Amino acid sequence: MKARLWLKIVAVLVGLFLTVPTLVVIPMSFSSSQTFQFPPSGWSLQWYENLFTSPAWSTAIRNSLQVALVTTVLATTLGTAAALGLNRLTPRVRGVATGFLLSPIIIPNILIALVIFSAFLRLSLNGTLIGIAIAHTALALPFVVIAVTARLQGMDAALQRAGSSLGAGPFSVFRKITLPLALPGVLSGAILAFVTSFDEVVLALFLQSPSTLTLPVQMFNSVTVQIDPTISAASSVMVLLVSVPILLAQVIGARRGKAGRQ
Amino acid sequence: MTTGDGRIELVDLCKRYGSGPLVVDHVNIDIAPGEFLTLLGPSGSGKTTTLNMIAGFTDITSGAIRLGGSDVAPLPPHRRDFGMVFQNYALFPHMTVAQNVAFPLRERKVPKPEIARRVEETLRLVDLAGMGGRRPHELSGGQQQRVALARAVVFSPSVLLLDEPLSALDRKLRQSLQQEIKRLHQELKLTFVFVTHDQDEAMSLSDRIAVFNAGRVERIGTPAELYRDPGTRFVAGFLGESNLFTGRLRPGGVYEWAGHKWAVRDADGVPAERDLVVRPERLRLAAAPADVPEDANSVQAKVTGLYFQGTHLRAELDYGDGTTGCAVLPPDSVTGIAAGSGVTAYWRPEHQVLVTPPADPHPNEENA
Repeated sequence: MKARLWLKIVAVLVGLFLTVPTLVVIPMSFSSSQTFQFPPSGWSLQWYENLFTSPAWSTAIRNSLQVALVTTVLATTLGTAAALGLNRLTPRVRGVATGFLLSPIIIPNILIALVIFSAFLRLSLNGTLIGIAIAHTALALPFVVIAVTARLQGMDAALQRAGSSLGAGPFSVFRKITLPLALPGVLSGAILAFVTSFDEVVLALFLQSPSTLTLPVQMFNSVTVQIDPTISAASSVMVLLVSVPILLAQVIGARRGKAGRQ
Repeated sequence: MTTGDGRIELVDLCKRYGSGPLVVDHVNIDIAPGEFLTLLGPSGSGKTTTLNMIAGFTDITSGAIRLGGSDVAPLPPHRRDFGMVFQNYALFPHMTVAQNVAFPLRERKVPKPEIARRVEETLRLVDLAGMGGRRPHELSGGQQQRVALARAVVFSPSVLLLDEPLSALDRKLRQSLQQEIKRLHQELKLTFVFVTHDQDEAMSLSDRIAVFNAGRVERIGTPAELYRDPGTRFVAGFLGESNLFTGRLRPGGVYEWAGHKWAVRDADGVPAERDLVVRPERLRLAAAPADVPEDANSVQAKVTGLYFQGTHLRAELDYGDGTTGCAVLPPDSVTGIAAGSGVTAYWRPEHQVLVTPPADPHPNEENA
């Protein structure tokens, strides 16, 4: 019993260590004071008002959402296609190809940022939202590939054969059998892609221009220039927009996983 | 899409992966419309590869696959119009039973009311009426395989391919599904091509069995023919049990094994290199050599085990020289014999059969 008690205490401590820094920011965002303060001495929605009305912050939010949505569409489409392709390769080739596709996870972001920056100079994609979205797609792609591949590997290959033996052509098999069964993987891949893009800061910093500041870049800039408590409201919005989709993905994954396993 | 008359001809069918050996080696089988043909063999013998080539999942290396006279080898699987049943059922988990069975009809753009009618009719055929709304994972293994059967025949294909459909089921269920498959075959009058490694299954279901060994059809015939006259040692060993003696055929109709001389009928022109096979139920045991009938062939044996099995008595025999076998006897026929005792085993010459021993490793072209 004692061991259990210790285990509980350690678990709670670790949990707090992981979440408190994030959670502290939320009460701070409702503070009425003009500086960072914890615990807040009074309550106010002024920072939220500023976040959504000041041109700099609201543009940053809009930019971030645009980039994240484009990234989600690109990365999900390409990543799903890549996972389907990988699934058909012989194990040896698949290993190598998977390594290439997952490399953005391992390669330091700063390195990727430098290379993309110099490449985009020639393509004049620097300082454009689509440029940032393309760069984010490279970072988000591995997560989609991993999520969809996991799903495909759990799928009985005979299902596709059964489909074609029953008269379904390759496209029909994909649309009616492979895609519906891979959908939970595709959805969680899409959510991961969205989140990856939404809180990405290094590439967005490199590729920024005054009109293409994303929310994380705006936050970064705002701390370096001045102490603006609006950042705590921005952080809270960020936490919400990142954690809700992920929790949602886990719920979807758990439920679909049960139904699709048979 | 016409389905022809269900006649399948495999003509010099070969399969080779890369530059490896032939895994299917000049297979020639002519399957009659409505026939139940079983491809039987150990794993790696090429039977499944052959089925996959018929289904279109595996490209052929050379040869031809004809359905009702026309070559289907260039057609993709979804154009061949063969029903197929898989080992692990391969039901679509995201569809209900009815949707699974309706799938091939939807792909063929059958009008909706007719789909509903035929799905219901086919589910009734496999004894699953009223189960249409269930999901596959809510059904037992046997029920799932029946859904798979329904799905594979609902669009009236002329041929049904079955890839070890019973091997994932337990023994009892397997027997009831065997009967189910047999009944479906009789009712639907389709050509069935059935792959299995289970000899009992093959014997009880098939009109004819093609025994595969190392990529070739070693022998093809009705179960009774193959059992009575297996032709090769491999078939004798694979189909049923046997007492197998590797001796030599001498001129004048005498078979010689370990000092024994046995009479052989119709031995003219038969090569000397032959094994002699006696099936267990043809063997009789005598406690004393004097009890052996005069015109019977006999051999001394030691009884290593004696098992009463209700309908029959089974005796495990050791003939010495590393040769063992068994006899299946009527339960009350044995007196004065116990495990460990020496006996004389005997049989009538017409109940023995000569088979070809395995050939030496030889080039593939020989049998082409």
